[in-house]
Amino acid sequence: MSVKLTTRQVGDVTVVDVAGRITLGEGSSALRDLMRDLVGKSQKKVLLNLGEVSYIDSSGIGELVSGFTTVTNSGGALKLLNLNKRVKDLLQITKLYTVFEVHEDEAAAIRSFA
Amino acid sequence: MQENAGHAPETVEKFLDSTLENVDSAEELALGIAQRAGLDDEDLMKIGMAVRESVVNAVVHGNRYNTHKKVRFVVTADGKTFTVLVADQGEGFDMESVPDPLAPENLLRTSGRGIFLMRSFMDDFQLRRLESGGTEVTLVKHLVSK
Repeated sequence: MSVKLTTRQVGDVTVVDVAGRITLGEGSSALRDLMRDLVGKSQKKVLLNLGEVSYIDSSGIGELVSGFTTVTNSGGALKLLNLNKRVKDLLQITKLYTVFEVHEDEAAAIRSFA
Repeated sequence: MQENAGHAPETVEKFLDSTLENVDSAEELALGIAQRAGLDDEDLMKIGMAVRESVVNAVVHGNRYNTHKKVRFVVTADGKTFTVLVADQGEGFDMESVPDPLAPENLLRTSGRGIFLMRSFMDDFQLRRLESGGTEVTLVKHLVSK
C-alpha cells in the first residue's frame, strides 16, 4: 500500500489523515500535491494526522519539511498529530521534532490553532 | 559479545535495473536475509531504512534512472556481520559536499538526510568512489546475541 490521504474540515482547520507509506515516489508526491492544493485554496491551518503512517523515508521527511515551509510561508501553520514511535524517532534524530509543533490529542491540537 | 554462529552463512548478489520498484525489492531481499541471520525487529527497521536510502541514492542520484545502468546489490550474513553493498554506475560525488543535515541552517532543507540516516542506523558505513566512476556504499550491522 502506498499512501492514502483523507482530508476533513474541523472548523477552520484542515485535518489530513495520512495512512500508509510516505516514501520516494507516489507517497511523497501525493503529499506534496495535497499540500500545494491546500495552500492554493488558502487553507492555512493544517493538522497532519500521522497515526496510521507505516513507513517514512528521507524523502517523506523532506515532504513534511516542504509542507511546513509552504504553509508557514503562506502565513499559516502546519502541525503534526499522533506520531508513532518510528516517525517520532526519525524526527528526533534529524532534530526536526523541535521544528514541528507536535500534538497527541486532536481536540487540543485543533484548539491550538485558535 | 557472542556470535550468532547458529545461523547459516548467506550471500546474494543482484544487478538491479535503476527503477524505484527495485528499491522495494532490494529492501525486501535484505530484510529476509537479516531476519534469517537473527536480527531483531529494531535492527530490521534500521536496516530496511538504510538499505532503502542507499538504493534510492544509487538509482536516483547515481544512475539517474538510466535503464542502461545497473545497481550492484550484495547482501551477506556470515555469522559475525550482516553486510550490504550497493554500487552504482554513476558519476560519483564528493561526500564533503553533502551539507550537515543537523546544522541549524540546514534543518529546513527538503533533502540531504539519506547518508546521515544510513550512518545513524548501521554500525558501520563506508562510501567510496569506484575506479569505474560509480559510488559504492557498504552498510554493516554486527551480529551479536542479545
